[in-house]
Amino acid sequence: MSTIEADLSAPLTDAEVQRIREDFPILRTEVNGHPLAYLDSGATSQRPLAVLDAERAFATGMNSAVHRGAHTLAAEATELFEDARASVARFVGADDDEIVWTSNATEAVNLVAYSLSNASLGRGGAASESLRLGPGDEIVTTEMEHHANLIPWQELAARTGATLKVIPLDDHGALRLDAAAELITARTRLVAFTHVSNVLGVINPVADLVGLARRAGALVLLDACQSAPHLPLDVKALDVDFAVLSGHKMLGPTGIGALYGRRALLEIMPPFLTGGSMITTVTTTTAEYLPPPQRFEAGTQRVSQAIALAAAVDYLTAVGMPRIAAHEAAFGARLVDGLSAIDGVRVLGAGIDLPRVGLASFDVDGIHSHDLGQYLDDLGIALRVGHHCAQPLHRRLGITSSTRASTYLYTTDAEVDAVIAGVAGAIDFFRRGA
Amino acid sequence: MSDLQNLYQELVLDHSRTPHGYGLREEIRAQSHQLNPTCGDEVTVQVHRAADGTVEAIAWEGHGCAISQASASMLADLAEGLTVDDLEGRIASFREAMRSRGKIQPDEEMLGDAAALGGVSKYVARVKCAMLAWVAAEDALAKSTV
Repeated sequence: MSTIEADLSAPLTDAEVQRIREDFPILRTEVNGHPLAYLDSGATSQRPLAVLDAERAFATGMNSAVHRGAHTLAAEATELFEDARASVARFVGADDDEIVWTSNATEAVNLVAYSLSNASLGRGGAASESLRLGPGDEIVTTEMEHHANLIPWQELAARTGATLKVIPLDDHGALRLDAAAELITARTRLVAFTHVSNVLGVINPVADLVGLARRAGALVLLDACQSAPHLPLDVKALDVDFAVLSGHKMLGPTGIGALYGRRALLEIMPPFLTGGSMITTVTTTTAEYLPPPQRFEAGTQRVSQAIALAAAVDYLTAVGMPRIAAHEAAFGARLVDGLSAIDGVRVLGAGIDLPRVGLASFDVDGIHSHDLGQYLDDLGIALRVGHHCAQPLHRRLGITSSTRASTYLYTTDAEVDAVIAGVAGAIDFFRRGA
Repeated sequence: MSDLQNLYQELVLDHSRTPHGYGLREEIRAQSHQLNPTCGDEVTVQVHRAADGTVEAIAWEGHGCAISQASASMLADLAEGLTVDDLEGRIASFREAMRSRGKIQPDEEMLGDAAALGGVSKYVARVKCAMLAWVAAEDALAKSTV
């Protein structure tokens, strides 16, 4: 008798991808007379029925406010809301009380920036003293960041008098670790960088950067928006202090994101947004705050979104993150090889010697990304054009915009090949008569 | 002709590849810089006037998609020799056609080569590309009369 053991890290089979696609009604849509080929999951992913059903089941059977009210529905809603937190915590390797709900990843970054800013003003008292920033202190980020992991640090530096330093890129677009080693010093208080570039698709060497930050005694914030949906993620194994997540990029709804924060840090951080739901005792002149995570969750919470996001991570876990990662890595290679083979196409970061996810951005000589995107849309192919909220990265690579194809667990080989063929067709179309 | 071919007519591609009026002048009378923040496309337009007040030339520089580049080039062709009132009227006419969602065909007599951009109005997301230089010219004219 033999036993068949499933390979937990094997790419998804064609039959499995077809079954997965049946869970995503939008993938049956026609666009401009063609079946939709959705290659913009890096911007926002599609939602499976399980996610939509979870939100609907909550709205139709349990909708009520959480953490208040003595009635049955309120108790059920609170339980589901906290279960959802536990699901997301498990998904990223955190403890339940280390996950703070936010509206999106941008708000999660701002939560940290404003909390440090408030600590710098003396809020949080002596407990928050170790978080204070001022002149002479330095914040380090990188030239490849999404604007959401750059501008909050520009503003924090401006408010506190700290200095923002930026790890530069080499000519391929890779982070220059030699420069990082010089920039991250005893003056560095926080290092903020992305796990996976939303433009290049490369997986950054987290361990190297965390090592530099640790030696300098600096905190680390990891932008996990492009990694959590696509790779197994363990914030404890990566040894980061903070990580930010975006729900709508990982099969969840819009309006929900999360901050992972190491418990010991969250406990000493003063709040960002204040108001209801985050307090213990309030007088007309003072307030005392709840412990984290509630300290950072002022106002009515995004209950149905949190529950739907939990359904999304359950869906991803059931398929298996290592398998999803393997499925998409093959697309990354296929995109880089297929597009690079076309005369006049430059895949951004193609020369970087790092593993990559199933995402590639490219520049076509003489054809603007908007025109290229328009041509591909006519074929039913949806992808992203523009600067992808990463102007400094594009400027470093000598361009103002690019076209990005990004895949997910529901993407097929045929869709990736359609992008490659479509780009070749666009070149013929726009060069006609020239 | 498909919508896509109608959007990117040969005339549009020709203008985008060899734009007219490209290159800013040192003497600046009336100038406007316009940026489309969603894509980073930008254009700077100068309106140069003759002694009698008519538009002697439109000079511009910028970068962007074929639609935005062709549109600036066509505007430069159109504007030469017009009175300011006439140019403003034609800009208004172009805007009306662009915002019509395909209902109003641009008038070739009034808009010259820019009438070939009629296909843009069906693509709401691209109207801003076509309008960028025209908005800049309008702004430059408004500044010049202040």
